[in-house]
Amino acid sequence: MKRDLKLYIKLFIASFQLSAFTFGGGYVMISLMRKKFVDKFEWLDENEMLDFTVIAQSSPGAIAINASILIGYRVAGILGAATTILATVLPPFIIIYIISFGYSALENNMIFQGMLRGMQAGVAAVLCDVVIGMAKSVLKNKLIISMSIMLSAFIAATFFNVNVIYIIIVGIFLGSLLYTEKTVYKGEK
Amino acid sequence: MIYLELFWAFFKIGLFSIGGGYAALPLIQEQIVDKYHWITPEVYADVITISQMTPGPIAINSATFVGVKVGGPLGAVVATLAFILPSVIIISIIGYLYYKYRKLSVLKSVLTGLRPAVVGLIASAGISIIILSFWKSGQVSLNLGDINIFSVIVFASSLFVMRKYKSNPILIMSIAGLAGGFFYSIIGR
Repeated sequence: MKRDLKLYIKLFIASFQLSAFTFGGGYVMISLMRKKFVDKFEWLDENEMLDFTVIAQSSPGAIAINASILIGYRVAGILGAATTILATVLPPFIIIYIISFGYSALENNMIFQGMLRGMQAGVAAVLCDVVIGMAKSVLKNKLIISMSIMLSAFIAATFFNVNVIYIIIVGIFLGSLLYTEKTVYKGEK
Repeated sequence: MIYLELFWAFFKIGLFSIGGGYAALPLIQEQIVDKYHWITPEVYADVITISQMTPGPIAINSATFVGVKVGGPLGAVVATLAFILPSVIIISIIGYLYYKYRKLSVLKSVLTGLRPAVVGLIASAGISIIILSFWKSGQVSLNLGDINIFSVIVFASSLFVMRKYKSNPILIMSIAGLAGGFFYSIIGR
């Protein structure tokens, strides 16, 4: 990929947009990133995006910031990482900066509240869409281990509120124990 | 020196908030409310509410908000930068190691095991946003009166359009937001 000004501008605009629409936490950002950087721009592949998610989730700091550093670096080196960090931080920074001078007006504003409810339903749909796509690619390899890990992680997080860190630690153990050369090769495809 | 204090407090928050989003809340509270008394617990509760209504990681939102209150525009910049700094350092190291060693078979096994786990975790995040969106109280109930029909319709149509036409998620969310603002300003509650 040619690292010219055009690439940095494209990277900046994409990250800025994603950040401005990340209502509801880091995983929403991850889902939007996948749609944009994997599906649309094809700057990285599905497996890299999932690996980035693991790293972003298990390192200190905000998931969205961590993931944007990795993607910026992957696409355009250190300058790329600086671009995505700035683009990811700016939208919340600007919005909170303005809101910090008078936020009570928004709380009782009907139109604003309505927009939030609408957006929330939209966010839920985006997450669902991304999960369907990702689950399909996990199931495609027909590996019982992968299916069981996916299902157990889901159940542990949803119904038992297990801390994500423990789920990742268990995933690391199971991964290193259960996957042999052959199955890894299959899982990579 | 207020800027040094701001920097140190948010650097620590950035360094020790592992697990993303709400896992960081107690840590932020300990620093900015209990230790430095920059804002009262009531205002902190407002910051959390604002964070739910606006895009961006809650730690960035808090950093900007507290920074402005305590040290003006420069305070906001200092606090936000301080929060990001640990991420930049740690993610750079991990990212470097990832690209250097990801071809190793042990790391390959581990990553292959973690990928389905991450899909499960994102699915779990999706479920909690769906619950938040469909049920006003955030509690699942089978009583039809408790279900927000508007959100269900927006969710279903957004998902349908995205699966079928591969539309841009940001466009979908904008339309969902506009529909919400329009709908709630008409029914007026």
